[in-house]
Amino acid sequence: MSYYNEMYEGSRVREPYARLSQWVETMPADFRQMKQAEAEALFRRIGITFAVYGEGGDPDRLIPFDMMPRVFEQAEWRRLERGIKQRARALNAFLRDVYGRAEIVRAGRIPARLVYQNEAYEKAVVGVVPPRGVYSHIIGIDLVRTAKDQFYVLEDNCRTPSGVSYMLENREIMMRMFPGLFRGNRIEPVDQYPDLLRRTLESVAPAKCQDRPTCVILTPGHFNSAYYEHSFLANLMGVELVEGADLFVDGEFVFMRTTQGPKRVDVIYRRIDDPFLDPLCFRPDSMLGVPGLMDVYRSGGVSICSAPGAGVADDKAIYTFVPEMVRFYLGEEPLLQNVQTWTLWKDDDYRYVMENLPDLVVKEVHGSGGYGMLVGPKSTREEIEAFRAKIEANPGNYIAQPTLALSTCPTFVAEGLAPRHVDLRPYCLCGDRIELVPGGLTRVALREGSLVVNSSQGGGVKDTWVLSE
Amino acid sequence: MKLRVFHQTAYRYDRPVRNLVQSLRLTPSAFEGQRTHDWAIDVSGGARGPGFRDGAGDWIEGWTVRGPTEEVVVTISGRIETRDTAGVLRGHRELIHPLAYLRDTAATRADAGLRDLAALATDAADPLDLAHRLSATVSDAIAYAPGRTAFHTTAAEALEQGEGVCQDHAHALIAVARLRDLPARYVSGYLHSTAEGEAHEAAHAWAELHVQGLGWVGFDPANRCCPDERYVRLGSGLDASDAAPIRGIAAGQGIETLDVAVNVEEVERFQNQSQSQTQS
Amino acid sequence: MLSRTAANLFWMGRHLERADTAARLLDVGQRITLLPNTASGYQNEWNSLLQASGTATLFAKKYGEVSQENIEEFIFFDRQNPSSVLSCIEKAREAGRIVRTALTSQVWDALNVTYQDLRKLEKTPRGKLDTASLTDFTTSHTSTVRGAINATQLRNDGWHFMNLGYGLERADATARLLDVKYYVLLPRIEFVGSGLDTYQWQVILRALSAHRAYHWAYGGDITAGRVADFLILNGESPRSLITSLYEAVWNLEGIAKRYGETVPTTARDKAREVLGRLQAHDIDMIFDEGLHEFLTWFIGEIGTISTLVHEDYLLGGS
Repeated sequence: MSYYNEMYEGSRVREPYARLSQWVETMPADFRQMKQAEAEALFRRIGITFAVYGEGGDPDRLIPFDMMPRVFEQAEWRRLERGIKQRARALNAFLRDVYGRAEIVRAGRIPARLVYQNEAYEKAVVGVVPPRGVYSHIIGIDLVRTAKDQFYVLEDNCRTPSGVSYMLENREIMMRMFPGLFRGNRIEPVDQYPDLLRRTLESVAPAKCQDRPTCVILTPGHFNSAYYEHSFLANLMGVELVEGADLFVDGEFVFMRTTQGPKRVDVIYRRIDDPFLDPLCFRPDSMLGVPGLMDVYRSGGVSICSAPGAGVADDKAIYTFVPEMVRFYLGEEPLLQNVQTWTLWKDDDYRYVMENLPDLVVKEVHGSGGYGMLVGPKSTREEIEAFRAKIEANPGNYIAQPTLALSTCPTFVAEGLAPRHVDLRPYCLCGDRIELVPGGLTRVALREGSLVVNSSQGGGVKDTWVLSE
Repeated sequence: MKLRVFHQTAYRYDRPVRNLVQSLRLTPSAFEGQRTHDWAIDVSGGARGPGFRDGAGDWIEGWTVRGPTEEVVVTISGRIETRDTAGVLRGHRELIHPLAYLRDTAATRADAGLRDLAALATDAADPLDLAHRLSATVSDAIAYAPGRTAFHTTAAEALEQGEGVCQDHAHALIAVARLRDLPARYVSGYLHSTAEGEAHEAAHAWAELHVQGLGWVGFDPANRCCPDERYVRLGSGLDASDAAPIRGIAAGQGIETLDVAVNVEEVERFQNQSQSQTQS
Repeated sequence: MLSRTAANLFWMGRHLERADTAARLLDVGQRITLLPNTASGYQNEWNSLLQASGTATLFAKKYGEVSQENIEEFIFFDRQNPSSVLSCIEKAREAGRIVRTALTSQVWDALNVTYQDLRKLEKTPRGKLDTASLTDFTTSHTSTVRGAINATQLRNDGWHFMNLGYGLERADATARLLDVKYYVLLPRIEFVGSGLDTYQWQVILRALSAHRAYHWAYGGDITAGRVADFLILNGESPRSLITSLYEAVWNLEGIAKRYGETVPTTARDKAREVLGRLQAHDIDMIFDEGLHEFLTWFIGEIGTISTLVHEDYLLGGS
């Protein structure tokens, strides 16, 4: 299989990387090593540790940072941006629809059972329309590239996508270590993200909120693997980082406990999952949530971001219908392609997949983090047969996709620069407007030949540049 | 039937509690079989919070008691006119798709026993007939025996034991209905008296099964019948805990004891001419 | 400020001061047991000290026999002893971690280094450690943290809560140490004024790093009355009751001024009142009243102020 190299076309350096190429070539090896050590020390010093959504793992682990940036030129980015915004609009339209009249189901464009029997479909919020009709306020869309103009969406993250602190810290550390690089290249900034996020949250305050909205970030607590990101964002946004016990319901509203007495809260950016939000509505044993929160939410006293139930839009089974959503709700052709997906609960798909396992990637419908998946071409015959048995036991639990030829970016390894596979997660903000900062989180598979970029599977991160005109 | 309902639940704590929050599903459903004349909810020392009709058509009311207090009394009193709709929930406004009621919960999860039971209902002429047969099967399999099961008893456990109360009957029926691909849900409410006229624990529960063509239809396997004018419907959910009329939580270490009094009595006519009201 | 944040800052201060107290207690005990004492041997004195810190039962249950090693382990390293140096430092660091963004990096570094160094110390074979170095370790690290707080933290409400924690804890600790000396350690009334009595007072002063200051302030012989005056009523003594309480009042005034009239000030009012009563005392009055009775009253009042701090600020108005 041949892979698209984002920096080199044969031996020729592609235009956006021209200056970087000089920078790399003139950099002495010992200087590079020194800088690499410095970067690591900086990350450790600020204490940034996190696990990408659902990956789990050691909470105090550092994710390897690669100093070689990934670069997009302006035109490339504009195309991606349009596609991402389009997709974000469609996903929110879908959520508004399935918690309302469900026209897409009535029209027979998506099977009813896929929606209503989905674990993430919350019947408790049927009929509740959140402010501005937005359910998912921060959408992380995972993209891979296979050719100059060919991008595919690998998955959508409509609940609480994490990793944005890495996007910001990667940039911060690059600017600190190599200010000269930024003077020479015209790189679009990303550090407005926290302000944009705060503005987005404020824009979806409930109608009952009269003054400037009070926003908070709700964290499961400092034992959570993404706690650093929660406190990092709260700090940059200038909002309180609260735990469930800091909030309480009184009458029609939610309040936080402060040293000056109760203070009303209008918008909650929650980083805890639906089942834990409110023991009176969901899991009665949840200690992380706020009793009565859902009643206040459902009667319009507080906004919750993302809205409870938003997860039904980012399921791997629903994923296959996103292009259909774009056509149905927006009357447009999708700008971003889905990866072809076989759903194993369909007989035809099942037969095809079982006959072609060595060429395919098979994933669990509800799995994430690169666990519980088979990468056919990278697996031994024994591994494939073992996985085949798992599929046979429960076909409905799996989808399959062709093995994609993920693009590569030059990455620093012991011997110097070498191509490694990458993906990209931009963060799309949806409130009164839909916007995203130019860039995102680039994850890189540091192991040679590996196509799995998850940090739990030996993945690292890179700064992602979008060049201005 | 004209019914007067009085329902009082007293929570007592051995040590004072603060910040009690409750979510109450204690207002009669609005459908052809029920017309609420007047209805009042009161929580002692409490402030009425948000009130709204949810996607299932239930009227939900939140209450908070700041405390500290050692006792909270929830009092419902009202009058309602009911009529028999042969168990069919006609004219009930709800938004949730029936397929959302095929989902398992811990209380209704199937085991081998429930699967066998579900398979017993054979030769059904149509979905309605199937629903009736399933209900009868559950009535046969679980004998009415108060005090032998608890709130946390699951359908599988009750069936294994062969006895239970209305909650267990409803859970078992829900479980077998879902196994036969009929959407099913738990309904909580009041019951005036059993068909034989004998007095009954007035707080009651039954199941509703979704039947193509008819919509939601009530079945009461504990009494081998469909709900009629003696039944007052309050609200529904995936199981007893999801449909609970009172859900609450308080801050504090106090141990809770509970005292419930329910009285549903038939009256000749409603005395004062207060305007009839239904919540919208 | 979130009540939880304030509570963590408050308790961070208290636990740091408490770790300091535990280390000083170890020092007092160790020195007192060096004195030849035919009456009962050192076992009794250690028991008295443990009793004073409220951990005697726990110790007896876990170790039984009193030995230098057991005591050191218990007071310094034992996680099951909530007042051990390690427990207190761990709790302080945990509180700091939770409110990481409310601390400057200097304060966090100092706190974190204290914790990391203590973990290293924990892994050191006990034979290589001596009591004096453990005490020094603690007092020097806690002073570094305190220094970082005072040098770098914003003078906002969070700063007041931290220092309020320090002040109340220190007032409480000094009162308890005095009480132990006066009421518990001295075996019988006829020992008052004896060589043993003087020696014990000296040890207390030393443990509070105050023996030199005492001599500067009073000169001459060590007497119970003078030491008590120094540790209770002397406004120049950094650990005296009056100084500690004065600092607590000052921080409570700062909070009250910042928050304005809508927030209750019962803790401030109570602290003011207690300070007023302290100022109205002289040392003879205290001895006439009974030092133990006086200290019991004072410790109770500090407890009340702490409770009122919780009610005014840390429960969040519910």
